[in-house]
Amino acid sequence: MLTKRIIPCLDVRNRKVTKGVQFQNNIELGDPVEMATIYSREGADELVFYDITASAEGRPIDIEMVKDVARAIHIPFAVGGGISTLEDMRRVLLAGAEKISVNSLAIEKPSLISEGSQAFGSQCIVLGMDPVRNPDRKKFPSGYEITVKGFRQRTGIDTLEWAKRAESLGAGEIVVNSVDADGMQTGFNLELTALISTSVNIPVVASGGAGIPQHLVDVFIAGKADAAIIASMVHTGKYTIREIKNTMVAAKIPTREKW
Amino acid sequence: MITIIDYKAGNLTSVCLAFDALGVQTIVTDDAKKIISAEKIVFPGVGAAGAAMVNLRKLNLIEPIKHQVAAGIPFLGICFGMQLLFDRSEENGGTECLGILEGEVKRFIPPSNDIKIPHMGWNAVKIVKKHPLLKDIENKSEFYFVHSYYPITKVKDTIYGETDYAGVNFTSVVGKNNVLATQFHPEKSGRIGLKLLDNFTRWDGKC
Repeated sequence: MLTKRIIPCLDVRNRKVTKGVQFQNNIELGDPVEMATIYSREGADELVFYDITASAEGRPIDIEMVKDVARAIHIPFAVGGGISTLEDMRRVLLAGAEKISVNSLAIEKPSLISEGSQAFGSQCIVLGMDPVRNPDRKKFPSGYEITVKGFRQRTGIDTLEWAKRAESLGAGEIVVNSVDADGMQTGFNLELTALISTSVNIPVVASGGAGIPQHLVDVFIAGKADAAIIASMVHTGKYTIREIKNTMVAAKIPTREKW
Repeated sequence: MITIIDYKAGNLTSVCLAFDALGVQTIVTDDAKKIISAEKIVFPGVGAAGAAMVNLRKLNLIEPIKHQVAAGIPFLGICFGMQLLFDRSEENGGTECLGILEGEVKRFIPPSNDIKIPHMGWNAVKIVKKHPLLKDIENKSEFYFVHSYYPITKVKDTIYGETDYAGVNFTSVVGKNNVLATQFHPEKSGRIGLKLLDNFTRWDGKC
């Protein structure tokens, strides 16, 4: 049986992993390569790295870091942040990443998704999205509006419409990062995750809000997610991936238990 | 020395890095002469069958590959590389493939809309027959898969591992003499995947 993936997320700035709440008040947590090695050893099914200042600073992603991570771990990992051209994608993939994550820049230039999936295969192209609740159902039938630039800017785009469009453009996977839940550790946005996951035929990764192992159980059952991103709950040392997976196994969720 | 065939189908970095981690040297090549003189061959790949067969033909690699398979050189196919070893694929409106393994490759048809395509993530491999490359790998270990097509093997005797997805029990490890091929990516399957690659580096091509 295909198992549900647990994906630690490493936000990187100046080659240090950081963590903030709703993209603010970042604190430094450690070296990305060391942390990747530890999480891989502890049973992470995949990893994701976001170079969180690349896009804002208009510079390319830290490719040496990607190479070092690829040498250190032998499980899939995705890289995002500041990817704006096919050439950026090619460099990240050749450095050893399995997937590329695009977000804000794909809103400005949706052809990034289609050209990327044609050039490298749709399994390489992950669309990240940051929806925020918006009660104006006339403009936003899904109840959620897409934001960009680290939640700072609204786009006027309905979340479900964008998810379906991204799938038809060739995205291989969608990461749904709930702005309302991000960094709060009060649980994933189950309604939003389930809405997207049941509306597209590609895997959906839930993101934002994981605080305790039960939240993962909830997002795989009620949220119908195929994978879930965790951050603070493991970065702080409060829980291990093993503890999370034990809780999932007890809830009869298909889980990779040996590594 | 392991020779990795580069036929312009996907990214070979991870495969090279996995062998690096095992301390084994690799060369990546599209040169028929180097393939003919190889001691061990890895045939990886990600892509579409039609374009891949066109590239293999253009690079004049089909005969060298068949020659080495017949000569008994240890040969490992990975993912899309595995699919190309079969007779034909449904992909791109039907593509004639290498015909080294008997069978064909079909697309998953999701039995319900909660089954996502591609089959992406970690899934168990049920080992149905012993093989030197599966030595010290526990039955039902999970490996990393990413694919939308799967092989249907004609000769039951060539099936070494099976995996369930989208309502089918498909062949995830197939072998014949000196050839072994996996639908999953051992190079992305952590410690257990590296074990399989390590077994390959020690394999003499005999079962």
